[in-house]
Amino acid sequence: MKNTDSEFRSGPIPGVFATVALGLFFFVPFAIMLAFSFYHKIPGGLYEPAFEADNYLRFISPFFTQILLISTGLCSLASILALFIGFILTYFMSRMNKRGRTLWLILLVSLLSLSEVIIGFSWSILFSRTAGIGGWMYMLGLLDAPRAFAPGFGALLTALTFICVPFIVLVMFPPLTRLPKEWVESARTLGATPLRAVITVVVPSVRPALIAAYILAFIYSLGSYVLPIMLGKPRHWTITVHITDQALYHANVPFASALSVFLIVTALSLIALISKIQSRFA
Amino acid sequence: MFKIRNIFLGLMLIIFVAPIVVVVGVSFNAKKQLLFPPQGFSFRWYSEAALESDWISAVGTSFILALGAAFVALVLAFSLALYCWRRLGWQSRILRGMGLLPFMLPPVVSALGFLVFWSSIGSYGQLYAAVISHGVFLVTLPMVMILIGLDSIDRNLIDAARICGAGRSEVYLTVILPIVRPFMIFGFFFAFVLSFNEYIISFMLIGFTHETLPVKIFNSLRYGYTPVMAVISTFIVLVTVGGMGLIARFGDLPRLFGAWETVEK
Repeated sequence: MKNTDSEFRSGPIPGVFATVALGLFFFVPFAIMLAFSFYHKIPGGLYEPAFEADNYLRFISPFFTQILLISTGLCSLASILALFIGFILTYFMSRMNKRGRTLWLILLVSLLSLSEVIIGFSWSILFSRTAGIGGWMYMLGLLDAPRAFAPGFGALLTALTFICVPFIVLVMFPPLTRLPKEWVESARTLGATPLRAVITVVVPSVRPALIAAYILAFIYSLGSYVLPIMLGKPRHWTITVHITDQALYHANVPFASALSVFLIVTALSLIALISKIQSRFA
Repeated sequence: MFKIRNIFLGLMLIIFVAPIVVVVGVSFNAKKQLLFPPQGFSFRWYSEAALESDWISAVGTSFILALGAAFVALVLAFSLALYCWRRLGWQSRILRGMGLLPFMLPPVVSALGFLVFWSSIGSYGQLYAAVISHGVFLVTLPMVMILIGLDSIDRNLIDAARICGAGRSEVYLTVILPIVRPFMIFGFFFAFVLSFNEYIISFMLIGFTHETLPVKIFNSLRYGYTPVMAVISTFIVLVTVGGMGLIARFGDLPRLFGAWETVEK
């Protein structure tokens, strides 16, 4: 009998099963979507098989440029704010004891799993006239009259930043906790202020993770459907909202598919960029 | 620094908890108005929520969907993880990549893919379509957890079992399964909670036939606010925090997230 377990691993069956299942229920849908993006839309809600680039040619239009500008502007702004807040939070978490870390992780993971509908609903209450900041500021005499802050750009940006912070922490937590504590301490011993120690020692050593966190948070916020609708005005709708809008309310699945293909290509290129950056730093 | 740290953490805590406090707070309002701080205190909206049949049926839909989806995700994740365990070749890398992809892409893209897929085979609007789609979509976290569990198995244990004459199936049942079981349970919980909260896929696939709780809250908001929404939101918050608390209580949450990075690579 072989007394080593180095060969002990599963046979091919689980791999074949998973490939078939994911292939059928995840990759075939994407293939169908790709095919649909070349279909021809017939006015009146139907479409017919075709192979034409019309849906993609619609990208060259002020309508699409507007969507692209608002999506990238809003989401890159939210991600940079979240990166800043999330980095500081993760840094402090990395210096806590296990109990403190666990409690913060429970809070952040719960927020990350919590339905966007509920987060959007809560922020719309917080920005409302009767039960939110606008009303409290009036009570404190800071405003002449109670007012609502939602829907609006600021409300939407706040909520998007809010959902991105836990995401940033999740990505930044492993590299920051693994960073030897002595590094910061030696910088301190050599006379650096705490802030200077973080900027000159911690930030450079986790730079690839920071870039990865930023890009992933960008993709994550780009994927939000509920928040732009609940807290923004129609001109703040991102590409995600337009995909759903085109598919369900304009019955234009071909154009929605073309938009999705664009979004997939964007997301995958950004993810490829992350691994390129990480391998360059490694 | 210590002071700045505490002020920052305090502020963060307030900002993170504020939305939850406000939702729970408005659910206790005595009148049917959106007021915070709440005026009066009553459980009226809780009993109303418990009596409204369409909210109860949404609770049922959400539970069935989340249970089914978590089961599908678990089976898929277990197969993926078991195959990738102790394999380093390109097949294993591709399978890991397939498991990570649903988590990386914006959910709306998967939602539209599922929509065109199930419509073309005539299952649009069916609950099982949403169960399978959620299961596939949520495969990532259970896969990562089960891989962590499998990697934690001491090779000497398997050696020992083999030397004592255990066959393959005995090794699976008496060594591998008991060690991996807790990780499977956490993975199941995770997928359950995420499916319970998921909006866009449920909305696109079964939004007009079987309303889940998030979809129902969102739909109802179009017709104006009622405190029942706050009650239901409070309920979802409880399920979510409870689920995550359970995972953290019995699993080592910092380690699970610390190890996330090593699996991703």
